Amino acid sequence: MDTATVQTTRSICCYCGTGCGVRIHSQGGQVRDISGDERHPSNLGKLCSKGRALAATVCQDGSRILTAQWRPDRTTPRRAIALEDACDLAAARLAETIVMHGPDAVGMYLSGQLLTEDYAVFNKLARALIGTNNIDTNSRLCMSSAVSGYKLTLGADAPPACYEDVDHAETVLIAGSNMAFAHPVLFRRLEAAKASRPDMKIIVVDPRRTDTCQVADLHLPILPGTDVALFHAMLNVMVRDGLINADYIAQHTEGFEILEQRIQAFAPDTVQDICGIPAQDIVRAAHWFGGARAALSFYTMGLNQSSSGTAKNTALIHLHLATGQIGRPGTGPFSLTGQPNAMGGREAGGMATLLPGHRDPANARHRDEVARLWGVDSLPSRPGKTAIEMFDAVLEGKIKVLWIAATNPAQSLPDQAKVRAALNKAELVIVQEAFANTETLEYADLVLPAATWPEKSGTVTNSERRISRVRAAIAPPGDACPDWRLVTRIARKIAERIAPHKTALFDYENEAQIFAEHARSTAGRDLDYSALDYAILDSDGPQQWPYRPGGSHASGRSVRLYADGIFPTSSGRAHFHDTQYVPVAENISPRYPLRLTSGRMRDQWHTMSRSGLVPSLTRHVEEPCLYLHPEDMQHHGLAQGELARLRTRRGQVILPVSGDEGLRPGHAFVHMHWGSGFIAGDGVNALANKVFDPISRQPELKHSAAGIEAVDFPWHAHAWVSGQVSMLRARLRPWLRRFPYAMLVPSAIGGEGVRLRLAGPDGISSALLQDLVRDLGLDQPDALFDDPARGIVRRLTRNGDKLKAWLLTGNTRACDALLQWADSGLAPASAAQVLMGRSGPVQRARIVCTCASVTDAAINEALAQGLGLEALKTTLKCGITCGSCLPEVRRMAAERTAAIEATP
Amino acid sequence: MKKRRLVVVGNGMAGMRTVEELLRLNPGLYDITVFGAEPHPNYNRILLSPVLTGEQTLRDIVLNDLDWYEGNGITLHLGRSITQINRSRREVIADDGSVTPYDRLLLATGSSPFVLPVPGKDLKGVITFRDIRDVNLMIEAAGRLKRAVVIGGGLLGLEAANGLATRGMDVSVVHLGETLLDRQLDGTAAALLQKSLRDRGLRFLMGRQTEAILDNGQGAVGGIRFKDGTEIETDLVVMAVGIRPNTALAHAAGIHTERGIVVNDTMQTFDPAIYAVGECVSHRGIAYGLVAPLFEQAKVAANHLAMFGIGRYAGSATSTKLKVTGIDLFSAGDFLGGPHTEVITLADYMGGVYKKLVIQDGRLVGACLYGDTLDGAWYLRLIREGTSIAALREQLMSGEDADNFAGRDHVPALALQE
Repeated sequence: MDTATVQTTRSICCYCGTGCGVRIHSQGGQVRDISGDERHPSNLGKLCSKGRALAATVCQDGSRILTAQWRPDRTTPRRAIALEDACDLAAARLAETIVMHGPDAVGMYLSGQLLTEDYAVFNKLARALIGTNNIDTNSRLCMSSAVSGYKLTLGADAPPACYEDVDHAETVLIAGSNMAFAHPVLFRRLEAAKASRPDMKIIVVDPRRTDTCQVADLHLPILPGTDVALFHAMLNVMVRDGLINADYIAQHTEGFEILEQRIQAFAPDTVQDICGIPAQDIVRAAHWFGGARAALSFYTMGLNQSSSGTAKNTALIHLHLATGQIGRPGTGPFSLTGQPNAMGGREAGGMATLLPGHRDPANARHRDEVARLWGVDSLPSRPGKTAIEMFDAVLEGKIKVLWIAATNPAQSLPDQAKVRAALNKAELVIVQEAFANTETLEYADLVLPAATWPEKSGTVTNSERRISRVRAAIAPPGDACPDWRLVTRIARKIAERIAPHKTALFDYENEAQIFAEHARSTAGRDLDYSALDYAILDSDGPQQWPYRPGGSHASGRSVRLYADGIFPTSSGRAHFHDTQYVPVAENISPRYPLRLTSGRMRDQWHTMSRSGLVPSLTRHVEEPCLYLHPEDMQHHGLAQGELARLRTRRGQVILPVSGDEGLRPGHAFVHMHWGSGFIAGDGVNALANKVFDPISRQPELKHSAAGIEAVDFPWHAHAWVSGQVSMLRARLRPWLRRFPYAMLVPSAIGGEGVRLRLAGPDGISSALLQDLVRDLGLDQPDALFDDPARGIVRRLTRNGDKLKAWLLTGNTRACDALLQWADSGLAPASAAQVLMGRSGPVQRARIVCTCASVTDAAINEALAQGLGLEALKTTLKCGITCGSCLPEVRRMAAERTAAIEATP
Repeated sequence: MKKRRLVVVGNGMAGMRTVEELLRLNPGLYDITVFGAEPHPNYNRILLSPVLTGEQTLRDIVLNDLDWYEGNGITLHLGRSITQINRSRREVIADDGSVTPYDRLLLATGSSPFVLPVPGKDLKGVITFRDIRDVNLMIEAAGRLKRAVVIGGGLLGLEAANGLATRGMDVSVVHLGETLLDRQLDGTAAALLQKSLRDRGLRFLMGRQTEAILDNGQGAVGGIRFKDGTEIETDLVVMAVGIRPNTALAHAAGIHTERGIVVNDTMQTFDPAIYAVGECVSHRGIAYGLVAPLFEQAKVAANHLAMFGIGRYAGSATSTKLKVTGIDLFSAGDFLGGPHTEVITLADYMGGVYKKLVIQDGRLVGACLYGDTLDGAWYLRLIREGTSIAALREQLMSGEDADNFAGRDHVPALALQE
């Protein structure tokens, strides 16, 4: 390889479903930098804080799984084995299971992060060779309510709008989406549209006042789970005030009459108490939506992760159909996908309830079509298990072998106690994974080393139906191998054992061949992109589907769908449904009085296996907290930073509390990212409810009734160690299991390192303290304050003025001074005084702008000097690179203004 | 009535402190006669180190000048040693043959440096560090000679070494043990001390036993040979391997002596007319070599000499200080601790601070401080008084004057808000 020249590879960001184009600049097999691809229509060169930091996530060291690993029994640690042996092992055990217990004793749990080509071969393996529909993905936790909502109303799983619609919409309704954090680049586009057309109305429906609300003209702080009532009430107002489009309803839809009956009971005056939103705000939202020339809606997990997720999607789409706000520029119900290729997975049929080409495994004709395409006699007709059901089936002993790829169910699935019981119960757990830090690996018997971004090649489809090429920029490290290659290798070995004539089904030379076969499966379907191939993608760039053969761009390809009002239903009309409002599955009670919701952090993604490798991305939120409204903190006698036990009917976690006035009183909020690799217990999803929507089978991750109590541990420890995050996390991870409260997080303080916090009862043995000291590398400290009889061990090591590590136990009040020291490199006069907690109070600043490392203190100081937002951008340089911090900076400016106005 | 006669043998700090206390209590009770072997009035022996370094002069360290003796009617014989006590006649006989009768005799004969019984110990250039004469010898030698070896890494040895180094000599310290000040410091503090002294240019030869002092061929010191066979060249040898209480006079008079002259809690020897104080004394089996216990003894002895008959000396909790400018160390009590003690440690090795407090049954029993000895006196008081430290424990290491950082034990780490 030419080591001198910098090569630029065009690819797609591997995080959210926005699908931003990136340019990967590599040299000598190493990624040097990432920049936005100006030519990619979905982001036009922009990237968010996570995307900009992608280069730092590319690693070839112990952060990665570099070889296959195997443990013959669960009492011994896994050891590295040759990849060929691992594939043989997997094939032998799978074949044996299929023969002994039938194909449905195998379950495959995949991921929206796989490429379309990976899905295609996994799907073929499951259905055409193994003969089971037990193949599902983490998209079940993410998009399946959107899928069923689209299918029920519009006839196909197809988001009809595109990003450009932001520039044409007069009203934008954002429901159940914190776009500012979850889809920042698209949110930048919305901000720009709002700035150029201030008359544009933006409505945000969210129980929390998130940073997305910074752009909103109207925030509806809805009570969790009441979205159907809200949308019905909006439709009620539109009907009442003549804002519906009777012509559109008559010509292009059916079923409106029954819905009209239904919504009569949902007058705003009635609904305001259900939703906790004043009637006049409901009316205003309805007027803005119904009265707009073009109304667009964005929605995601707030609607989808619900026991009535399908109903919520349906009720929102009703608004578009009733007002004809679909098929035109600036209109449409737009589901934002959470993962980079959940869309591709849906297209390739990589879910229990889907077959390739948006087909249905319950439909015999569809099964026949796919069987023919694949050249097999038939496909299994027994319904496959969806995510939650799959793990239940493992627990019941029905599924014996679980093959998990590119996802982390021991963190992401709800009701972790059950999930972990299932993982323990399974006879064989195969985990195909790239990163060495996931919670699920603890349960793996066989680990397959997967290649990951930017080592893989294939395609992804983003939220606006745009298919882009993902291109490998560097080779995978060690034995790591692209997922499709692992799958086909094992598939051939299984076929040799149980159906030798099917071996050829998995003979692919490259990704292009897989894509070509997959694209053929879409022919004649709503998403038809059978005319698309790698050559076109490479020459013409990313393409939206449908991309039909022979069609001109006008008819064959569509920027937005349903312009002609014809829908892919049997009648060609879209459907209204008599959608019922059903409250959340779990109501609050005296024992569980809080409504717990969850959401994302701005700079992290999913279970942090990749984004957690970048120290700078840990700046914005430095540790897991439980957020409560200040009134609730007061009510429970909790001060900022004190520990509380949060419990639901399923599990509990102990976290420090933090006040958030953006929450409604009676609500609690946790970030969804924190698993048992970061905190004691089974992670935040130990709390979450696995009850699921009857149609989409998507669990109600977004709402639980929760109880809370202050926990007052007498003994606390707080440590910081500089060094490589992956290595330190691996070494210190056992400490998460030794205390009722524990936290181990990556940290950007002092460059790169980790922070460990522990709390528990008194009487910590000196042997345990010694172990802690040793694991932190503090047995030869440069300064110490030890009083082991009182559980106090406080130590630090330094290199000149630079701190290397420290530990505080007993009380930890010196932590701010030490964090400050570690961060600034400015040593205090006396390290001993600091360790004794006698260095006086220290106010630590928090990074708001990750790109330019601008702190909240700096921003507040500039605001105090009278600087406005534009002046902040030029003086402090915050918000001018990726812009992800802009909503927060705006909020800080607004709070400052409000504070000044409130002063008499 | 004729005044009683008090004869004091020894014009040092213990004897003269006793006289001072006595004069304060009962000024007219005795005719006082003092014999001093040195040709100087009472001076502060512990300040010989700063004199050696040049930080102070001999004039600065005089405690009682000749006017004081005269003003208090004290008959002072300087440069005069007592060679014999005739207890039955209650007389002392001096080296000039003169006889002085007493009603009460106070022995304050102090101690003498121990000289290793090795070949070459009597060579020219082999000296000790005890009195003004020794200091003058060292000052003179430093001006003339280049290299010095101090045998003994105890308090006196280190002070002598530091003084000679300050005066420009190339100084090595030879120590039998593996750590300096092994009776005053634990290993950690000793290592810090050694590092600090090494930074000042002192060299250390640890774990070496002196076998012989070598002749340079001209009857003067030329080097030292150790038991391990190694040798070191030097022009001057200072022996600082310990002191021996001066008991010969008392012993010859039939007074019970052990390591020192044995006294009871009133500082009385086996002869009721004879008292003893200071480094020559063995009280409850302990011979003290530090100044604070001597002063406590002086107070008790004076009380009884003044016929008040109250006050008992019950022994001292001792503490150590090294008089090397810029090096602060302090130790007291059982600073090593044992299986039944708890230890609180504070250290900042870069800042040269190490503090160790030993606690037993809720009381402070020992302290070893290096680098920051500000609270040494407080700790010594707590050790002496056996105060319960239950309420003080949080503050104990911070020091007596530390403002109380009361408040909640756990202050949250970070104010985090999304």
